[in-house]
Amino acid sequence: MARASAHLATPNASDLLEKARAAAASVVDPEIPVITIEELGVLRDVAVEADGSVTVTITPTYTGCPAMTVFVMDIEVALDEAGFEQVRVETVLSPAWTSDWMSEAAREKLRAYGIAPPVGSAGSTGLFDKPDVACPRCGSLKTERISEFGSTACKALYKCGSCHEPFDYFKCI
Amino acid sequence: MANDLFTYTMRLADDAAILSQRLAGWCGHASHLEEDIALTNIALDQIGCARLLYAYAGEIEGKGRDEDALCFNRNEREFTNLLLLEQPNDDFAYAIVRQFFYSAYVLLFWQALKSSKDERLAGIAAKAEKEAAYHLRHSAEWVVRLGDGTEESRSRIEEAIEFLWMYTGEMFEMDEVATALAEQGIAVDAAAIKPAWNKSINEVFARADLSVPTGTWMQTGGRNGEHSEHLGHVLAPMQYLQRAYPGLVW
Repeated sequence: MARASAHLATPNASDLLEKARAAAASVVDPEIPVITIEELGVLRDVAVEADGSVTVTITPTYTGCPAMTVFVMDIEVALDEAGFEQVRVETVLSPAWTSDWMSEAAREKLRAYGIAPPVGSAGSTGLFDKPDVACPRCGSLKTERISEFGSTACKALYKCGSCHEPFDYFKCI
Repeated sequence: MANDLFTYTMRLADDAAILSQRLAGWCGHASHLEEDIALTNIALDQIGCARLLYAYAGEIEGKGRDEDALCFNRNEREFTNLLLLEQPNDDFAYAIVRQFFYSAYVLLFWQALKSSKDERLAGIAAKAEKEAAYHLRHSAEWVVRLGDGTEESRSRIEEAIEFLWMYTGEMFEMDEVATALAEQGIAVDAAAIKPAWNKSINEVFARADLSVPTGTWMQTGGRNGEHSEHLGHVLAPMQYLQRAYPGLVW
């Protein structure tokens, strides 16, 4: 998902960039530790300047998402551990993040972790429409939304009518 | 022009901040746990939105005031939020109707502001629009549930609708600042989104067999810093820490 751009002319520029990109892409969501910020679509760009400083560009999922602060700290730590001393993390708003950016693989990881992945694509439902959310445990479509809001900004609370387990649904926005 | 843009951005920031503080008042007090989480989640989205807008306003102003200075070090008369948003949490029905009237409006507002010639405002609008969509869904579902519920829930939501109706006119006002910016393609022509808002209100009320008030007398003043007596009580707990211990950080 993230673009990688090199501003270096030295022979190992692409190696450095690849190293920086890999380090930034390894950071996981603190609240959903099975998916990385790259899989989530939060990581937008990694650039290495001629002086070796790194600029990582991220975009917030939700405007008030408290995990963003943790993302920034974790990116700085990951790059520091990869040997980059000067790291700047920039936040951009446009284009606005959408759950559509999550890869199939990331959705599968969410499901395996017990979180139902977003159904359909953003902006496709009417005011009172409800998506058919499959239970991440038993696969049943006999599920019911308990609340539009769950343990984090990005999740809604559901329960399954077949296996009776409650579960989180990663909202489609 | 820079001054108009600052004024306009501050209005939107104050709307988000004051509504956020009102919603946060439900923390630990909502009808049940899920609703407690819902209202505070919406509050969190509003804080996020307020921060983006205050930070931008501070940059436009260029006097070194950051988001905290703008939110915590201004007095009532300097706040320019909509009067609707400072109205008290007297009853759950009031909180729901307040949220519903505002969300139905602000969703249309952000959709229009997305094509603003001001890139920062357009970017913020594109984020906020997605969140306003599920804020509207949440409050609309509650409007139907309360209106179509028991005699008690119905009478309470009818009372809230009747009381808050007079605060809805302000959302569609266009003063000199908004008009000047709208002519430059920066601000939203709020008056133009009123028909769509009316349609949205009518549709949801019809589902619960609730009547749309016919009153045409509307309260005004928030955009000029003239508030109801409630705003000071919103600001007092919100600003206490920075007033008592200026510049304190966690």
